[in-house]
Amino acid sequence: MTILLALAVGFAFGFLLHRARVTDSNVIEGQFCLRDFTMVKMLLPAIVVGGLGVLVLARFGETLYYIKDANVLAVILGGAIFGLAVAILGYCPGTALAATATGSLHALSAVFGMIAGAIAYAFSFNWIKAHILNVWALGKVRLPQLTGVPDLVWLLGLAAASLAFFFWLERRSA
Amino acid sequence: MTIWTDRLSQRAERRKVDRSPYLIGAALGVLSWIAFAVAREPIGVTTALSRVGQPIAALMFGAQAAAHNPYWAPMPFSWDYSMLFLVGLMAGALVSSLASGTFRLEAVPHFWRARFGGSLIKRFVAAFVAGALLMFGARMAGGCTSGHGLSGTLQLALSSWIFVIVVFISAIISSRIIFGRKAAS
Repeated sequence: MTILLALAVGFAFGFLLHRARVTDSNVIEGQFCLRDFTMVKMLLPAIVVGGLGVLVLARFGETLYYIKDANVLAVILGGAIFGLAVAILGYCPGTALAATATGSLHALSAVFGMIAGAIAYAFSFNWIKAHILNVWALGKVRLPQLTGVPDLVWLLGLAAASLAFFFWLERRSA
Repeated sequence: MTIWTDRLSQRAERRKVDRSPYLIGAALGVLSWIAFAVAREPIGVTTALSRVGQPIAALMFGAQAAAHNPYWAPMPFSWDYSMLFLVGLMAGALVSSLASGTFRLEAVPHFWRARFGGSLIKRFVAAFVAGALLMFGARMAGGCTSGHGLSGTLQLALSSWIFVIVVFISAIISSRIIFGRKAAS
């Protein structure tokens, strides 16, 4: 059952990534050159729709929250390195795997690189844990807790801001 | 890929706005509900993929070093949900590309060729190094575009919102420096 579920959810994810064209490295690169907004057009609705659903599910006890630690220095440093890598590559990890399956050979090279990066990280883990992960470590914090603004307000605010942005974007490019 | 994207953009021109990225985004949101409520495991890629490094490190540095490594020890490599999810992901992308007739071998993408030329070696080395940085950065931050960018942001996690904002800033500045103003216009 777990096997089928994992394969099915993964299958749908890979299928949708390809249909959204984000398995094309030119599309991701275009996003960061601010000339193709496909990636943001996909991501913001996913966050709003996903967030509203998960909020309801959590209220009815159908799911837990799975929050990653806010090790602020590590998240900022890691994000900066990740952003540089995405700019060179035109893929993030998920789209690189998906693109490999659609025939992208340089994505396959990046997948080998990712495994090398994982090995490098694992063998420097002790040092990073002692010197970077523990700097400004705020724990598993969510924005509603931190600010006192309820979940629904955050998500509806994000929905409104996204709608305004997309209307502006589509008008500009029309 | 080009044929298909051309067809998509033609369709977009005909009806002015291409709604497909928005609809696919919404569908990814619904898929997240299933991941949270049924699978009880949010969508994510790098945590699972980083575990593939363990058996390979075992070959390179010995089984002991890999088994006792403090990073892998709590989550040793196995064919569990998160690993099979990656298999499904690749199968889904493969089927979609075959079904739409867009499966095509690509060695050097347009955006790279325009700046650095058509050298295979140059692109493959750059992609390998970028892949390594991608994984290293993701592991330091605790997730990637999937785990932080989708699953984390939708839970309104502080770490995930910091991550996506920093990634966007870093990637925009890096693109500007590496590919220049020409690409940005």
